[in-house]
Amino acid sequence: MRIGTLKESYVADAALFDSRTQHAWLLLLALALALFPFVANDYWLYLACLVAINVASAAGLNILTGYTGLVSLGQAAFMGLGAYTVAILQIRAGTPLLPNLLAGGVVAMIGGVIVGVPSLRVKGLYLAIVTIAATFIAHFLFANFEFTGGTTGLSLPPGRIFGVDLDTSLRLYWLIVPVTVLMLLGAANLFRTRIGRAFIAIRDRDISAEVLGIPLLRYKLLSFGLSSFYAGLAGGLWAYFFRVVTPESFPLSMSIFFLAAIIVGGMGSTLGSILGAVFMTMVPELLKLLVDLLGGGHDLTVFLSPVRLVIFGGLIIGFLIFEPLGLAEIWRRTRRFFHLWPFRN
Amino acid sequence: MEGFDWGYLFEIVLTGLAGGGLYALAALAFVLVYKGTRVVNLAIGEMLMAGGFLFFTFAAMWSLPIWVAIPAAVLASGVLGGIIERTMIRPLLGQPPISAFMVTIGLGSVLVGLVEIIWSADQRRLPEFMPTQAVTIGDAFLAPKVFWGAVVAAVFIAAALLVFRYWRGGVALRATASDQAAAYVVGINVPRVFSLSWVASAMLAAVSGIIVGSIGGISSSMGAFGLSVLVVVIVGGLDSVLGALVAGLLVGLVEGLAGAYLGGEYKLLATFIVLVTILMLRPYGLFGTHEIERL
Repeated sequence: MRIGTLKESYVADAALFDSRTQHAWLLLLALALALFPFVANDYWLYLACLVAINVASAAGLNILTGYTGLVSLGQAAFMGLGAYTVAILQIRAGTPLLPNLLAGGVVAMIGGVIVGVPSLRVKGLYLAIVTIAATFIAHFLFANFEFTGGTTGLSLPPGRIFGVDLDTSLRLYWLIVPVTVLMLLGAANLFRTRIGRAFIAIRDRDISAEVLGIPLLRYKLLSFGLSSFYAGLAGGLWAYFFRVVTPESFPLSMSIFFLAAIIVGGMGSTLGSILGAVFMTMVPELLKLLVDLLGGGHDLTVFLSPVRLVIFGGLIIGFLIFEPLGLAEIWRRTRRFFHLWPFRN
Repeated sequence: MEGFDWGYLFEIVLTGLAGGGLYALAALAFVLVYKGTRVVNLAIGEMLMAGGFLFFTFAAMWSLPIWVAIPAAVLASGVLGGIIERTMIRPLLGQPPISAFMVTIGLGSVLVGLVEIIWSADQRRLPEFMPTQAVTIGDAFLAPKVFWGAVVAAVFIAAALLVFRYWRGGVALRATASDQAAAYVVGINVPRVFSLSWVASAMLAAVSGIIVGSIGGISSSMGAFGLSVLVVVIVGGLDSVLGALVAGLLVGLVEGLAGAYLGGEYKLLATFIVLVTILMLRPYGLFGTHEIERL
């Protein structure tokens, strides 16, 4: 319990953002996000878009793994479903951008529900293996079907929205970041509703949840569906961002990346999805910067990808052992320290 | 079916079963850890890889004789297993099982990265140490490495089973697996059993890593073998030794048949379809214990 936050009504108690300090910071953050494109160069805009896409997908995985307690290693496959749907619609049907994105989300959601069906009978680690199986089956389908372009994949023209071609990072920023912010708000609000609370109950003890009157299959499938809907949307954004979709774009290691992101960020926390995805996306970039600083010869860049693997793995292990609640918990501690600062800390 | 080549089918079946023997050995290494410590080791493929690369270092880079290099690689792997258990798994005792499971994902990533840093990502060949004369059973022809690999795997499986049946430490391990609290009560040093199961598992993994590597070469992407091993243990039931053996042969057979009649890209697909089917029919695998949950 924090002190110094007196609530006088239920509405105030249930509010998503409950203090004036929080409102001020959010306003500042929104301003920063809106002003960012005007001061940043292309490289930073590119990074911002990438981070936003990863945040969206990590938020989806957090719904499933962090809040419902169903470990999934299939997030990349669902992103792939979304990306392929968007690419095919854009190329073959030429439908507008926003419906395409939505369709990508819906197709991924259907895929997620299908993968989730075994979740009634199999649990925990068995389920995680089923999602790995789903990744490989999806990869096989992408690589062997005619209309997905086989192993060469698909390349799509820039998306068009309100008559503007989305061909630079600057323009894409105005699509990707608002969509991600909306998705995050949705995820945060979800856990103030019956559905979200039911997810948490299932995570804490699924049998007890069922005894309390939560239909397990329906809610587990719902969680799978929501999570892969997020992945599908993120995948669609991904398709518009990179404009090339191949079966190799969504490997198992990408699913591990998202799992690592929510572990590092903090499972069962929307803030955790944001912090984790930002952190994990920035680590390789920081490494690159470091290599440049060290004089970046050829022999150093060769080590870049294995060092990245070691650091990813090390972060997963380190956070699980030393800070299981992730960056979100570190953030909470910091915030609490400054809450009544300098009077008490 | 007219003109169906039964001889070819027989050959495929034999090769598949021989490959399955390797899966069975690696699956045994997995089941050992799961039975002993209830940790699902997703890094099993990477531990195989580590064993293969250690052997490569001893035999090819330091040019030790093969019969020194193999035991050395197996022992070094055992030490690695012990270190992993002590530094990563033991701090998570009492945490939800998901934590340990995810630590092994991280471990896999670290091992792949280390191998690429130390030995680079290139594919390498292990020194030859198996007989190169072709083996024929009836009319069927078997690649010598595959045949002898399966024989070695079978010998090690038998040895491991005997050890865990009769050796004191093996009995302690089985006691801990069936009831941890009771094992404590009768004076078994349970933490030491945990270490033991990781060390033994890493050693078995190293043996199968050396065999797999000598058949197909070693590289940093060898961990993919671990995916098939995961399928094997899930199909057989996570905590069943018998299941690991039967499912190992089954998955080897399915892969062999799918590879021969459908094409190489169908191999993984076929095994994963077997996996999903079995899970839908028997959620705890063929021989796994059906856990009863209480509120």
